[in-house]
Amino acid sequence: MAEERGKQVVKNESGEQKVRSQRKGRMSAAGIVTYALLGVWALVVLFPFYWMILTSIKSYSAYNGEYIPKLYTLSPTLQNYADAFTAVPLGRYLCNTLLFTVLTTFIMLAVIVLAAFAFARLEFRGKNAVFVLFLSMMMIPNELVVITNFITVTNLDLRNTFAGLILPSVTSVFYLYLLKENFEQIPDNLYYAAKVDGTSDLRYLFRVMIPIARPTLVTVTILKVIECWNSYVWPRLITDDADYFLVSNGIQEIRENGFGRENIPAMMAAVVVISAPLIVLFLLFRDKVMEGVSRGGTKG
Amino acid sequence: MDGKSVNGSLKGWLYLLPALLFLGVFMVYPLVDVFVYSFEEGYNSASQTYFGVGTYNYAYVLRDPYFLQAVKNTFLLVVITVPLSTGIALLISVGLHSIGPLRRFLQTVYFLPYVTNTLAVGMVFMILFKKTPYSDGFINLLITWFGGEGVDFIDGPYWAKMFVLCLYTVWVVMPFKILILTSALASVDPAYYKAARVDGTSKLRMFVRITLPMISPMIFYLVITGFIGAFKAYSDVVALFGTNLNAAGMNTIVGYVYDMLYGDSGGYPSYASAAAIILFAIVFTITCINLLVSGSRLRR
Amino acid sequence: MEVTLKGLTKKFPGRDRKNRSEVTAVDHMTLAIPDGQLLALLGPSGCGKSTVLNLISGLLAPTEGKIFFGEDDVTELPPEKRGIGLVFQNYALYPHLTVRQNILFPLENLKGKEKLTREEMLRKADEAAKLVQIESLMDRKPAELSGGQQQRVAIARALVKRPRVLLLDEPLSNLDARLRIQTREEIRRIQRETKITTVFVTHDQEEAMSISDLIVVMKEGVVQQIGRPQEVYDSPENLFVAKFLGTPPINVFEGQVRGHRLYIGEDAVLQANVPDAPVYVGVRPEGFLMCETGALSCRLNRVEVTGRDVSVVSENAAAVSRTVRSLIGAENGGEAVSGREGGEIRFDLVPRKVFLFDRETERRIFLEES
Repeated sequence: MAEERGKQVVKNESGEQKVRSQRKGRMSAAGIVTYALLGVWALVVLFPFYWMILTSIKSYSAYNGEYIPKLYTLSPTLQNYADAFTAVPLGRYLCNTLLFTVLTTFIMLAVIVLAAFAFARLEFRGKNAVFVLFLSMMMIPNELVVITNFITVTNLDLRNTFAGLILPSVTSVFYLYLLKENFEQIPDNLYYAAKVDGTSDLRYLFRVMIPIARPTLVTVTILKVIECWNSYVWPRLITDDADYFLVSNGIQEIRENGFGRENIPAMMAAVVVISAPLIVLFLLFRDKVMEGVSRGGTKG
Repeated sequence: MDGKSVNGSLKGWLYLLPALLFLGVFMVYPLVDVFVYSFEEGYNSASQTYFGVGTYNYAYVLRDPYFLQAVKNTFLLVVITVPLSTGIALLISVGLHSIGPLRRFLQTVYFLPYVTNTLAVGMVFMILFKKTPYSDGFINLLITWFGGEGVDFIDGPYWAKMFVLCLYTVWVVMPFKILILTSALASVDPAYYKAARVDGTSKLRMFVRITLPMISPMIFYLVITGFIGAFKAYSDVVALFGTNLNAAGMNTIVGYVYDMLYGDSGGYPSYASAAAIILFAIVFTITCINLLVSGSRLRR
Repeated sequence: MEVTLKGLTKKFPGRDRKNRSEVTAVDHMTLAIPDGQLLALLGPSGCGKSTVLNLISGLLAPTEGKIFFGEDDVTELPPEKRGIGLVFQNYALYPHLTVRQNILFPLENLKGKEKLTREEMLRKADEAAKLVQIESLMDRKPAELSGGQQQRVAIARALVKRPRVLLLDEPLSNLDARLRIQTREEIRRIQRETKITTVFVTHDQEEAMSISDLIVVMKEGVVQQIGRPQEVYDSPENLFVAKFLGTPPINVFEGQVRGHRLYIGEDAVLQANVPDAPVYVGVRPEGFLMCETGALSCRLNRVEVTGRDVSVVSENAAAVSRTVRSLIGAENGGEAVSGREGGEIRFDLVPRKVFLFDRETERRIFLEES
């Protein structure tokens, strides 16, 4: 999961600005081609979203009546949304996912904050050796450890429990690494000043380091939330009771057994409901998300 | 400063404890265990017994037609999507970099697939491409408009299914690549362009001789992470073709691992382990080759 | 509070891969700082002066030796129990807290009997702020302040707990020249008002001379001289101290004592009632008197007029750095020589501005009054 991540160059907005302003002026042929290319890709990206929303507000009969699908609808309906929540336990899936996301992210933050503090601030025997071990774990793909984790969790009787879902998802060496790097940038003198004033390590961590490292913590939180919300493989392995399904599994379940294969509009309504929270989150924290991802994230 | 005392050591380990626990139980131990499993012949997950130790699991997996199909699918997917997505991303990023108006808006739009649930949007792709008794689907509508012959991309011929899979994969991985490349482009010092313009360098030559070499580390980074990511394709395949991938003939190596572990054909952790280790070996080898190639290129 | 250091020694394990032998940063330092005085630890970078400060603060534990605050042996006490205030070169203000929160921070750590009510804390913070004159900045963040203001906040934060000892680690080095002079006077004023025993680390001899009651000159972990600033300047105990103090720096010549006469080159410049020996001769720039019949002959290079004085730069073969810089009061006709560049110029030397040092040990050879 983590080997596909690396540090990125920070954006240089002011630099672009200059080059851009010099190019302004009349629209050249190259400009038209550029906009056309960009426009086509924007269409490719947006069209599935449009189709998803469009289909979700077409009535069941209207949708199935269109042998040739229409690009618009004149009689929008919200019935499909009602169906999505009543015919299948979509609300439950959403609640499960929310709970899973919040708990996993929270526990992960607690774990990595403490560990990053130890690595960045404390001196103890064996520290470097352990850190190298942690780093080497970034190279290990999830697929390799999932098998044993599946058996471990099964043996512990944790299948179809939140503990089984959450605990193996907590480890995030990469985020720990990001945070440790950030902690290390805080000048040592702040720590010594605090020591002289009689500040305990824990108080220093909470009153000084965490507030200063807040931007990184926000980034890590957003990335982890995205990861949790979209996680599919582990929840699928570990839950077969629909009471514990997350949205990804829920949607697969809906597709295969839910509305019957034909109630596509209701399915699309469910898809909209599932996709919306992250899109809203993204639009609210656009710069944070993009900066965070470019500092070290890939999908999956 | 002076923490090398026993007390300080203990404190450091205490802060690390949660991280060590999670890492030990869910990463280090499984990593060892997966090798053990892969060499235990005839392992029975119910009784947790096995007959002997050897390489039979590997031999079995390597002869399994489903595995060979999965390997073929995965390799095809990798070979097609990695160059394609990197190339298109480069084009789009260069386009984005050269425009003023709409740039921020387009960046936002292009990033959307990153924050959407792969399973959910995969469903939209499925209905766009699927041919049912009630409707040919939107894509087939387009094809017939242009005078082509409609085809079922989801349950139809192999090439059609592979086409949708590649398209969806490209759609999914694009945001990350565009983001990385646009920030790489933005970080090229505009002074180089100014100097080149003073020398009367043509735009194409500027791109080939200045821009490309400057951002080549990022391109290699994307190729490497792209290879790794594509080799681990799974959830987007499930989104398009459902969970029974073997039946659809569209399984991937990761899919094979999970199917062996769990699901209708599951219960064989030893085979799953062997397949996972083979996957890891492939990814590892290819990454090393990539690094060697990029290393020698960059040195030149 | 009198601070006493007794045989204080700090050794660090060798960091080098090749050279693992220990590095002695502070070597058997013994020193008493009288109550209420401001002591400057002066020396070039790497001389161990910051280590001494860290030992006094308790951030470092000494390898050997003891530290006393008054009668209390504080050697084993952790920093927070020593009752010290510490100010850093880069201020070390918490960037996410306002000035007020920064000053309150040490007070909030107090526990048990010492615990203060919120009102008391705020009152103390206001007092400290008033002392360093930053009352109007209390709600700003450190990033919104100038360097000088930030340093005042840092001092206020160090003073708010009424420490027994105030430690300042190169507090002025990050400020520009003008602010540096202003802030050092400010530190002097605050120190006088609070009467807190203060240790001030600096590599800038002018700074040390101008504000301290006592100067300790250090080199490679060893104390070279302790004394009042003027004493140290007027009577350096060795060549290092002589060279380290004073701007422009002292002029050093290779000289000879022969038959109770001091020779620089072939010029007999002074009486010297010491045994014959090769020596180093240190002459302060203000120790030259321009004079047609002067004893020391040099070749004039150039004349620099800096307003207050005229500095005459000339060459002498026996000078260690080839050039000789002398300060001549403008009224003493310094300008008269301008235009004679390249020609000969002669000086008489002022005996109390001339110091002799042993060639081998570089120790001072004291001239007996003749």
